[in-house]
Amino acid sequence: MNPISYADLLRATLPEIVVAVTGLVLLALDLSALRRASIPRRFGVGALIACIGSLLSIWILTHSTGTATLPDAMFIVTPLTRVVQIALLALAILTALLSTSTRITEHVGEYLALILFATVAMMFLVATQNLLLIFVALEFLSLSLYILTGFDKQSRQSAEAGLKYFLFGGMSAGFLLFGMSLLYGLSGSIQLPQIAAAISGSSLDPLALIAIVMVAIGFGFKIAAAPFHLWAPDAYQGAPTVSAGFIASSSKVASFFVFAQVVTVGLATAAGNGAYRAWAPGWVPVLCAIAALSMIVGNLAAIAQTSVRRLLAYSAISHAGYMLLGLIAHSPMGQHALIYYVITYALASLGAFGVLGTLEAEGIDKIQDLAGLSKRAPGLSFCLLIFVLSLAGIPPLSGFFAKFYIFSAALDAPPQLGLLWLVLLAVAMSAVSLYYYLKVLKQVYVAEGAPQTTPLHLTLVTRVTIWVLATLVVLLGCAPGLLLRWLGA
Amino acid sequence: MLAWTIYISFLGALASRLSPSKSLARVIALLTAVTGLAIGLITLHSWQPGELVTITRIGWISRLGIEYHLAADGISLTLVLLTGLAATAGILFSWNIEKRTQEFFAFYLVLIGGVYGVFLSFDLFLLFVFYEIAIIPKYFLIAIWGSAKAGATGEEAGSQREYAAMKLALYSFAGSALVLAGMVATWTATGAATGGHSMSFDALVSANLSTHLQMALFPMVFVGFAVLAGMWPFHTWAPTGHAAAPTAASMLLAGVVMKLGAYGCLRVAMMLFPAGMNPWEFHVLGLGSWREVFALLAVIGIVYGASVALVQRDFKFVIGYSSVSHMGFVLLGLMTLTQIGLDGAVLQMFSHGVIAGLLFAVVGRMVYDRTHTRDLNELGPMQLGRVIPFAAVTFILAGMASIGLPGFSGFIAEFQVLVGAWQSFAWTIVIAGIGILVGIAFTWRALIKAFYGDPTPGAAQHALPPISFPEQLGALLLLASTLAVGLYPRILTDLILPALNSPLFEGLRQGAWR
Repeated sequence: MNPISYADLLRATLPEIVVAVTGLVLLALDLSALRRASIPRRFGVGALIACIGSLLSIWILTHSTGTATLPDAMFIVTPLTRVVQIALLALAILTALLSTSTRITEHVGEYLALILFATVAMMFLVATQNLLLIFVALEFLSLSLYILTGFDKQSRQSAEAGLKYFLFGGMSAGFLLFGMSLLYGLSGSIQLPQIAAAISGSSLDPLALIAIVMVAIGFGFKIAAAPFHLWAPDAYQGAPTVSAGFIASSSKVASFFVFAQVVTVGLATAAGNGAYRAWAPGWVPVLCAIAALSMIVGNLAAIAQTSVRRLLAYSAISHAGYMLLGLIAHSPMGQHALIYYVITYALASLGAFGVLGTLEAEGIDKIQDLAGLSKRAPGLSFCLLIFVLSLAGIPPLSGFFAKFYIFSAALDAPPQLGLLWLVLLAVAMSAVSLYYYLKVLKQVYVAEGAPQTTPLHLTLVTRVTIWVLATLVVLLGCAPGLLLRWLGA
Repeated sequence: MLAWTIYISFLGALASRLSPSKSLARVIALLTAVTGLAIGLITLHSWQPGELVTITRIGWISRLGIEYHLAADGISLTLVLLTGLAATAGILFSWNIEKRTQEFFAFYLVLIGGVYGVFLSFDLFLLFVFYEIAIIPKYFLIAIWGSAKAGATGEEAGSQREYAAMKLALYSFAGSALVLAGMVATWTATGAATGGHSMSFDALVSANLSTHLQMALFPMVFVGFAVLAGMWPFHTWAPTGHAAAPTAASMLLAGVVMKLGAYGCLRVAMMLFPAGMNPWEFHVLGLGSWREVFALLAVIGIVYGASVALVQRDFKFVIGYSSVSHMGFVLLGLMTLTQIGLDGAVLQMFSHGVIAGLLFAVVGRMVYDRTHTRDLNELGPMQLGRVIPFAAVTFILAGMASIGLPGFSGFIAEFQVLVGAWQSFAWTIVIAGIGILVGIAFTWRALIKAFYGDPTPGAAQHALPPISFPEQLGALLLLASTLAVGLYPRILTDLILPALNSPLFEGLRQGAWR
């Protein structure tokens, strides 16, 4: 271990520190000054504080340039990680704003603080190339998410979801740790670049293969890829809607990014190849199998769902499959495509959960319950239309360009057109997916609702947030250059 | 200026959605469609033969070499005119829509905007974007405002609508999935061939993709588009979709949306992968190239569509299957790879667009909306020929145009296709000829059964509301255009032929080009 200067440490981690301190301040304020205020007011003030802290952190990030590193690859900030961190903070802000119309809890401070703490964990997660720190940050993130999932104390389902998520997550952490320990044993280092240097060689050590599989399983749980997806439908269905949205958006961005770091940096020399007739062992074929399975299982199982949130969960599983294509491409273009995909996916799915969140008070869960929504809330329904169509990959929404970009990246990877089999599967499966997305929209737009049409109860902040999300989904689809330029693609 | 057809349609969609009253929404929609038609006509007036007008060309997603490239040649302009006509007539024929009127016209105009966009795109990516934009509105138009089969009511009718709408959406989407896969592969391959990726048609045409790759991509992309063009055996969405759709939507579906598919076949599959139609150097069931395979499917479609139309009881299904039959001529014309055959194919796209629009207007609006039945056996006793003579006369004229009597656009189009087919594969002529004969039979049968059936003794004639002014206007508009093109086809052939002879279609000009 090399000595670290505390001044450097503070300077490098200032954005994270700001967010963490914001979380603490929020907690303290909520427990003292706002003790007697009403819940809506506490949510309002709390979300405001969370926004201010996150915006401050974004401001710091946008005003720092170049790369900052700490010894032992503990902390590596590059322009790319900054973009991802900013995206995570933006998603945290949007989540906090969406939460202002939930009434699930009176522990407002804790709820918002946990969102911020999870964000801190994710910011660390994307900015490190050290196995130890990756694991610690991942656990920090997971713990926050377990609690957010089980936060609705009134609901039996929420508790069940939290417990399931916790059990599966704990097991996946075990797999991940086992894989990491093997990597350490093989290379004698916990820094990703050094691991890559150590396990390079013409033939792949069988032990390295086991390590790869273990790491893939561990991260497979995190990103909810089949066959490690079983927790996702229960967690998405049972968790408070905003928490589910947060899990589907922010944590997906961070988990995919760190997964990409681990395999493309740490296992760069053990990639192998999944192309037809150019097959070579390594992590690429493993991910090919997981991706193919996720697309098939996710899309086919989604068809049979009757609960909107379970449907979104299975759709998330299938999207994890598409996103893995970006990793499998194993090229800079693949990485950019992955980040573009995961960020735009996060926006669309957070938006969809946001819309569902406004219906939470009425206990809407089945797809049929959405009938006639377009009459009750035309604006909200239009936003839901945009989010769902973006998930389905209809242009000009961002979900379409994301798919095109990631498919192109996969085909462009050497040997050219070698991954055609996987891309064809992905394209075919995305055609299947339109069916269940249209099933949701059918209820919203086509079906006649119940005659009593009470107006929806939602705060102005939530309404505006949902519109912002919808605008972003459209904007990034029509002008993908806005985000690509940032990524330096 | 042509680009404004796209923008105006989307703006019109927004305006009619936000309009406070139903009548205002109608007026906005009509104005939008008329403006689109007017823009097309003005462009036609100042058109120089053989022109390729670049309307807009700016970088869009420059990192991937994707451009926002709108351009028009004679073929695009022909279809833009068709879209303008069909859109205007469609709005006139849906003047009586009372259910969620604003939303109806919003979806309708979004569909129109997407269609204009496809015809004007000269970048493959952009074309695909517009192509997909057109899918979703179709679903909602049918699922919300559609009609059901004869006899179905309430719940059952609703589920029939939704079934037809979903079937159509899934077929379209499956087709476009094939196109998407082909497009991604093209993008990758051009990068390897030329060093820089590009999706613009001129760059793709000159990219010299390997014959091997073209052989693989051509059938994929062609089938992808041909699904929407109603190619047998991927046509089954068409009759159910057409029959279940509200009148204006069936007019658009048959009139314009099926042309999207045919246009994609010509503009993308054939123009970009001409070597895909080369002989295979081996024979399967006597067929030696993709060209022959698709020509066979096209003539099967001609005969099959006509024969099935002959035995339908549901008036709308008659017209729905007749569309499959007539679109077979378009595909056959494309596959002839002769100048006259291709010219006929494009002309047939226009002609069928107008005529099918007219037929659906008669069946869906003039007859069904008044009698609330589409069952030919129930329509016969109503003596519609006497009750609503305007509808009967319109149907007679449209039927004459449809079976290809000289003087109407259908004649000149199908005749050219047949001449082209004679030059390329003479055997198809025989089958297509049978199809034409059956076509005459089913049109005659539908006419007699629907309008001039035997009166039931003792049954009083139903008084039906007279044909309204918008309907007459729409019918006259469409009739005038099919007559104009039929009597003076040079209006369109002067657009189409120079475009076919332009360098863009160089790859198609093989030995048989006459």
